[in-house]
Amino acid sequence: MGLERMIEAVGLTKRYGDKTAVDNLSFQVRPGSVTGFLGPNGSGKSTTMRMILGLDNPTAGQVTIGGYPYRKLPNAPRQVGALLDAKAVHGGRHARNHLLCLAQLSGIPARRVDEVLGVVGLQDVARKRSKGFSLGMGQRLGIAAALLGDPQVLLFDEPVNGLDPEGILWVRNLMKGLAAEGRTVFVSSHLMSEMALTADHLIVIGRGQLLADMSVQAFIAANSAGFARVRTPDTEPQQREKLTAALTEAGGHVMSEPDGALRVTGLPLPHISDLAHGADVRLWELSPHQASLEEAYMRMTQGAVDYRSSTDQKAGLQQPLPPGALPPPPVPGQGQPGWYAPPPPQQGGQPYPMPPGTMPQGPVPPGQPGLPQGGPPAGPYAAPAAPAAPGGAAANPYAQPAAQAPAAPAAPAPTESDSEDHR
Amino acid sequence: MSTPQPPQHAAAPTWQTPPGHAYTSPIPVKKTNLGHAIASEWTKIKSVRSTMWTLGIFLLLVVGIGFLVAVNTSDTEYGDVPYTIPAFFGLILGQICLITLGVLVIASEYGTGMIRTTFTASPQRHRVLAAKFIVFFAVAFSFSVLAITLVGLITQSLHGGESSVSWGGTVFKGGLYVSLLGVLSLAVGAMLRHSAGAIATMLAVVLVPAILPAFLMLSATLRSIGNTMQEYAAPNALAYLFGIDSDNNTGNPQLLFLVGVTAAAVAGAFLLLDRRDV
Repeated sequence: MGLERMIEAVGLTKRYGDKTAVDNLSFQVRPGSVTGFLGPNGSGKSTTMRMILGLDNPTAGQVTIGGYPYRKLPNAPRQVGALLDAKAVHGGRHARNHLLCLAQLSGIPARRVDEVLGVVGLQDVARKRSKGFSLGMGQRLGIAAALLGDPQVLLFDEPVNGLDPEGILWVRNLMKGLAAEGRTVFVSSHLMSEMALTADHLIVIGRGQLLADMSVQAFIAANSAGFARVRTPDTEPQQREKLTAALTEAGGHVMSEPDGALRVTGLPLPHISDLAHGADVRLWELSPHQASLEEAYMRMTQGAVDYRSSTDQKAGLQQPLPPGALPPPPVPGQGQPGWYAPPPPQQGGQPYPMPPGTMPQGPVPPGQPGLPQGGPPAGPYAAPAAPAAPGGAAANPYAQPAAQAPAAPAAPAPTESDSEDHR
Repeated sequence: MSTPQPPQHAAAPTWQTPPGHAYTSPIPVKKTNLGHAIASEWTKIKSVRSTMWTLGIFLLLVVGIGFLVAVNTSDTEYGDVPYTIPAFFGLILGQICLITLGVLVIASEYGTGMIRTTFTASPQRHRVLAAKFIVFFAVAFSFSVLAITLVGLITQSLHGGESSVSWGGTVFKGGLYVSLLGVLSLAVGAMLRHSAGAIATMLAVVLVPAILPAFLMLSATLRSIGNTMQEYAAPNALAYLFGIDSDNNTGNPQLLFLVGVTAAAVAGAFLLLDRRDV
């Protein structure tokens, strides 16, 4: 049993006065793989980590490691290693003494200190005070402290912060190696590209609540779809207008990219080609674009972001635009609703959770992001399904409401004849 | 609310571990005890510069001022007082060094965030705090005994033969008094978790009872309070312990009073430690 779920949270809740940082969170982390822990700033990731480590007492619920609450573990650092905050060291102490005092606390021999200093590559600065360490060196020292007890469970909070590319690669391989040895690795990060490469499984939270708990592939499949990038000759802008009109008329959803390319969702690639041909528009590019973890994550969490930036208007600083001048083109994604591709059609229209049985079993083959089994045989660029039924929409409180996406195509769900025509 | 429960079987194929093979470390797991925590705290206290600064200045103040007083006094003045009495003047200032070190031992961990690393490495928080008290008290007591003894030896060598008062007791009690002030500071630091706040609080604890009575004496009704306060103020307590007024007051009530206050503060520190988040 302990093998199946090394870390287990049940109904974990933490309130600070009126603010609920973590709300009834239940999840399990299993050994032998890297589990990514994602969520926007202030979503409760660090609070959850601190509760796992017994630093904060939960308001309700509990979290155990190998069946024990952390503070009941007989020799905690030998079972659990943690990097919470690389700056959580006394800067006046040199690196070796910092690790030595932690080693002595759990009866770890002093030679192990030199071992882990070698593992993280800090042996040359072992006698330097950690005050002078760069952010990356601090991260390495924190990782050394986590590895000190040769533990079975490892928790890392933002381990690649401040590391150089070589260091990032090293952390990635380290975490994969630790997991391959059968250890439980639970790691939070904001770097989606890094998570996509490192993690096997994802736990996503927003505003303290569980949003997703699934494999990386399933997560991408369930939360986004690809789009097609179409480029018309730069020399003939009117062709671009013409194609945009034709695509929109056919039910596609067209957005402009800053370099003049068009981002089309809701139409399969062959149909786009046919439409362009029909409108007598030449194409310079027609390429499928696979959704990334970042896009899937953005789509899932966009309703759960606590700290959202507003556009810097610079009112009062700005000169009025000279007549005829155009305002600068928008930065990708800013102020364009629906920039991230909508999720693929799903039964019931629920972005998450899906009823059991509709999940793709096992890794999804590339190019087939999360087609619900038994659904219409739509391509990856098929039009999104009609807005969710009111009952289904309530399932995910942070799913983007249909009304917030005015740019979403008014296209009806593809009819039988439609999908047969273009296939 | 119902937390979305994902279908667990969907993720199953991605787990790479052969079932039943979790990692086990080749290093034997020992059961830890207070001795481990004391070794760790000993490493901590000797590996930071604030320890060297505060204890160095403590020695300099007590021995230096003690030496100057000893040089500037005559043999006849030691007729009925112990030879350690010049150390009293240095301790009035030197106690501030021990107060600072006591606060820093714990509050610097809160200030830097090190406390989270410490409590992750040893979730038995009581054990860590107990080790801090033990190690700090041992260090503070050793240094104050050393400093007072040095002053006593210097004075005896300069003014030998005059005094018939044995001074062993003053070394022990004087050292104990200032070390307990340091322990009290550590307890206050553990409760306030803030270096500057705790040091300021401790300075108030030491200085206010020495200054406030001057104002309380102005009012007839508050005079008795002022008298008691003055009697138990830290500088006066030290003076009694060094036999300045040996006929009327040995300083023992003041020492016992400080033991009581320190015990209460230590108990408070332990009580709060478990309840609060770090």
